[in-house]
Amino acid sequence: MNESARHTSNDQAPGDDERDASGSIGAYTAGLAFALLLTGASFMVAQTHLLWAPGLPVGLAVLAVAQMGVHLVFFLHIGSDPDNTNTVLALAFGVLIVTLVVSGSLWIMANLNENMLPPAAIMEMQR
Amino acid sequence: MTSLAAPADAAGVPQPMEAGGGGPAPVRIVVSYGFWIFLLSDIIMFSALFATYAVLSGRINGGPSGHDLFDLRSVAIETMCLLLSSYTCGLGAVFMERRRLRGFYWFFALTFLLGGIFLGLELREFASMVARGAGPSRSAFLSAFFSLVGLHGAHVTVGLVWLAFMVAQVAARGPRDFVLRRLRCFSLFWHALDIIWVALMSLVYLMGAR
Repeated sequence: MNESARHTSNDQAPGDDERDASGSIGAYTAGLAFALLLTGASFMVAQTHLLWAPGLPVGLAVLAVAQMGVHLVFFLHIGSDPDNTNTVLALAFGVLIVTLVVSGSLWIMANLNENMLPPAAIMEMQR
Repeated sequence: MTSLAAPADAAGVPQPMEAGGGGPAPVRIVVSYGFWIFLLSDIIMFSALFATYAVLSGRINGGPSGHDLFDLRSVAIETMCLLLSSYTCGLGAVFMERRRLRGFYWFFALTFLLGGIFLGLELREFASMVARGAGPSRSAFLSAFFSLVGLHGAHVTVGLVWLAFMVAQVAARGPRDFVLRRLRCFSLFWHALDIIWVALMSLVYLMGAR
């Protein structure tokens, strides 16, 4: 079976690029430019006082999520066209699980921390 | 009566199903999709270590904190290397699609070089931290740091070995279909490592070095 011939079904795999080759070099270059811009912004924001200090984590998170989006679209070619539905659905499920694991762990551990007795009080109870 | 077979019209002629029409997807699609599922599960594994790090990052037990240890200039160079290697990997794949093998070899050699520089810088950072008494056993923060960043480094190492194998395979077998499929999976893997590094760089280094 010669797979290099264009298939006729409506599926598209992650990493697939339907554009012609010269177009995809342009896409990779654009992706690199965006990624460099966002990385530069992250480093600048972290090392200067451009952002209000307590808002820094949020700012860095926004820049990081934006850069991940750039990588997904320009490097992994995950698009919004209907052919990509399976890929995007799997990605959405992955994002859901990652969010649950990270935010759930932080929430539970913060709660445990708050409700834990200080070591001195435990010693007191054991006496 | 219900039937699990394809629906038939009044004359009993099977009609194509609404969804999945056109028969099974080509191997190329199935392989890439399966590898995509693997990558997502890998990212979920990383998310557990990210959560561990986020919980433990303040537990320095009187030892050095990220502010004392991290060298942002070295991190910037590492980020550059990984980003550029992702770019050259993409260009190498484009040259492969056009069957221009010389360009492919050059860009994949560049990818290997940049990945190697990244790994060297990371190992140097680890060695200098251990030499300063900030090894993984010093505090909970450092245990979490070494597992998270070390796992990413291990992935990059595996990626470099895989890259060398793929180049050898292209040299030995030529641009055949199964070689192209494996190359596609490798590209996905390499780009995904870059995505994980973005999260690492922001959460661990940029937030930790404050």
